[in-house]
Amino acid sequence: MKTRYILFSLLFLLCAISYGQVKKGDVLIKNGTVITITGGTLENTDVLVRDGKITRIGKGLRTPRGVEEVDATGLFVMPGIIDAHSHIAGSAINEGTSQVTSEVSMEDVVNPLDVSIYRALAGGVTSIHLMHGSANVIGGQNETMKLRYGTTNPDDLRFEGAPRTIKFALGENPTRGGRSRGIQPQSRMGVENMIRNSFTEALAYQKKWKAYEADKSARKVKPEYDLRMQTLVDILEGDIIVHCHSYRADEIYMLLKVFADFKIPTLCFQHANEAYKVAPELAEFGATASVFADWWAYKLEVYYSTAYNAAILTENGVLTSINSDSGELIRHLFHEAAKTQKYGDLTDDEALALITLNPAKQLGIDKRVGSIEVGKDGDIAIFKGHPLSIYAIPQMTFVDGTKYFDISEDKADQRIYINPESSIEDVILFEEHDTHQCMDGASMATFGSFLFNNHFNNHKH
Amino acid sequence: MRRLKATIIACLLVLVPVLTLAQEDDQVMKARGGKFALTNAKIYTVTNGIIENGTIIINNGIIEAVGADVNIPADAEVFDYNGKEIYPGMIDSGTTLGLAEISSIAEANDFREFGNLTPQMQALTAVNPNGVAIPVTRVSGVTTVWTMPRGGVLPGTAASINLFGYTPDQMYAGSKGIVMNFPSTAGGRRYRRLSAEEKEKRRKKALKTINDAWDKAELYLELENSDELRNYPEIEALVPVVKGEMVLFLEANAAKDIINAIEWVQERGYEKVVLTGVSEGWRVADEIAESGFPVITGPVQAIPTRQSDRFDAAYANPGVLQKAGVKVALRTMDAENVRNLPYHAGFAAAYGMGREEALKAITINAAEILGVSDQIGSIEVGKKANIFVATGDPFETSTKITDLFIDGFKVPMTSRQIRLYDEFLNRNPSLDKKKGGIDIKKK
Repeated sequence: MKTRYILFSLLFLLCAISYGQVKKGDVLIKNGTVITITGGTLENTDVLVRDGKITRIGKGLRTPRGVEEVDATGLFVMPGIIDAHSHIAGSAINEGTSQVTSEVSMEDVVNPLDVSIYRALAGGVTSIHLMHGSANVIGGQNETMKLRYGTTNPDDLRFEGAPRTIKFALGENPTRGGRSRGIQPQSRMGVENMIRNSFTEALAYQKKWKAYEADKSARKVKPEYDLRMQTLVDILEGDIIVHCHSYRADEIYMLLKVFADFKIPTLCFQHANEAYKVAPELAEFGATASVFADWWAYKLEVYYSTAYNAAILTENGVLTSINSDSGELIRHLFHEAAKTQKYGDLTDDEALALITLNPAKQLGIDKRVGSIEVGKDGDIAIFKGHPLSIYAIPQMTFVDGTKYFDISEDKADQRIYINPESSIEDVILFEEHDTHQCMDGASMATFGSFLFNNHFNNHKH
Repeated sequence: MRRLKATIIACLLVLVPVLTLAQEDDQVMKARGGKFALTNAKIYTVTNGIIENGTIIINNGIIEAVGADVNIPADAEVFDYNGKEIYPGMIDSGTTLGLAEISSIAEANDFREFGNLTPQMQALTAVNPNGVAIPVTRVSGVTTVWTMPRGGVLPGTAASINLFGYTPDQMYAGSKGIVMNFPSTAGGRRYRRLSAEEKEKRRKKALKTINDAWDKAELYLELENSDELRNYPEIEALVPVVKGEMVLFLEANAAKDIINAIEWVQERGYEKVVLTGVSEGWRVADEIAESGFPVITGPVQAIPTRQSDRFDAAYANPGVLQKAGVKVALRTMDAENVRNLPYHAGFAAAYGMGREEALKAITINAAEILGVSDQIGSIEVGKKANIFVATGDPFETSTKITDLFIDGFKVPMTSRQIRLYDEFLNRNPSLDKKKGGIDIKKK
């Protein structure tokens, strides 16, 4: 018994130590044009970060002893960019063995060695939502992360305290999986049925447990614990935010109705290329959308897209973000956000909120990040040139006040791990459609030759 | 009272045309030709500097006059652009636009023919003038693209097309070229999964295929006037390159492959050659410059080819090549998002190439490399009127394109994406409360 206590304490200590390894920095960013997102744009302003938190914003701040100064004269200072849909730093994307896999979590497949993390930092990104893929209707749980590159410990990348989120998927991807395996769903009818069934079963599971908790008399048999069902119960109880891969307006509308029926108040649609068609309904529900700036036509369900999607949604009062779903696009989300000023007329603050405050809200981390405010985390990106300009070049990126990217100190090779078995490095040609990773793993293993024969191998959303 | 009446009538007079216009909302907008005067604009000629407050006369499809002091013919329709900027239409030097409609659906893609050796396949034949992506692209100021067959070793014959017209021939911009993928030591993600031996085996096999094919083409030329020649379309298609009458577009991306491709083609003695892809050109920029071959590179917004490369290797590549003395044109290698060409150019500009050179890379350089600079690529008298009007720098993301001329036609600034915006920005009916539906107010 005693040894067990000792072991427990040791384990606790270990956890505490590893947790403590997350670096919290101090920095004074001086004399920049500070785009706060929530409090306007402040010229010649300083931002002080102490122990990882923004403690002061003002003009002519005194530099506390021991705090590094960064001269941002002529530069733009903005909150670190947040990507609400990413698959970088994930060593696996799809658990495609069943149409419902709510029990699995991306937490278990975080790869801190992925050099894509550094490249995202070089695009001003500080947080990402590492998502499960879209091969099944109810996928796995996602992981909200901070890009603290340089560690080999996956836990260091966790956004501590971020709410849990889970991936759902509608439309072509899950129905394609159903067809290739001869099971439901093979249509959008089947997708709805599968979600309603799953929630109904979860309610029964919840009832069983509630009854047991209410009366734990010795004679009662404890219900069997089922992580898959418990996760669905957590969704019903509002403890997990659903982020649903979707494209067409009809399927988006369907899920609104399902969530209304099951009284689940929070819902974010991912991709949502046709969300603009049901913008009033989304606004009425209070559902949000995380979309591409201009991707379309890579499959039938995105053929009737418009690059004005984000603008229409914003103008209709739908909280909207722009995401990457790509190891390439993530490096210039500031440019993707700027496209809403070509395809629509969003203001600078509205456009920049699409990649900062709005995704923070969708992930439930807006109390911590998404704007430059006293009390928020010191997650900051510094740009030469206005971040919405095509000529903008990210200069430095801070997470928790610690600098993870500085263009003036950038050395080309940023790999943490170099495979000792490969003497010659692979030359990988960039293919636009290779970067769409939602069907990763699913296309190779689960759906096999069907996909190959049908060209889908190039198109991963 | 009388004055009120007059006011009402005046209001009606103003309103009637407005109402009529509204009535015509769902009518098809057509392009129109004629004699146009584009005045009061800042004209970026590309080849002859910038004209601060200039005028362009377009007549019968051709630029008839350009300058600060141009007489406007009495019969010309005048467009006063009030200080806006005019540029030659942008040219994307590598796309599958017109050949690919929906990428995941095999039936909607016509850029890849069966077989490894199909140079006689004509991209122009498969161009769908009514592809939805064509208007989507041109309203962003891209007026000409190089549309190309892909896959295999010699996938086909690419063609330059203008993005307006009702038949492929109406769209044809006047040049074609043979596409060849030089046997490669690099590849996409699927390629990476192959073993080193398998890769080498494939490369050698491909090398043998191309050498056999070009040997035959050279032989074919020698026997050209003999009666013994049998029908051999894939070899016959290569002969113009051997003769030096057609350009060979030679795709190579890894540094080693670029060098090998240059050596291979120099040994063959083919003179009209363009290097394409050239992702790792920055590693061997001097060698490329020395070869004298021009380069089509892109996409610029791309992940570096090696994990160990600097994050901006692909952004900086065009600038490095240009500074080494290589003539550079840019491509998106896209179909539906060729409209992002100015942003690829903008990134190249920001990461070393500079704005002026980047603009050339998608106008005059592209026209020269694609062999159509006698017709397009700059705003010059005698050239075809491929022109767009912008609210400012077309590389800047927030800039809007307001007017468009292709082949001298004033092309309407509409596309399905714009029409969807018009319909859904303020949808009617908005929420239909009577019909019930979702009662989903937050509890």
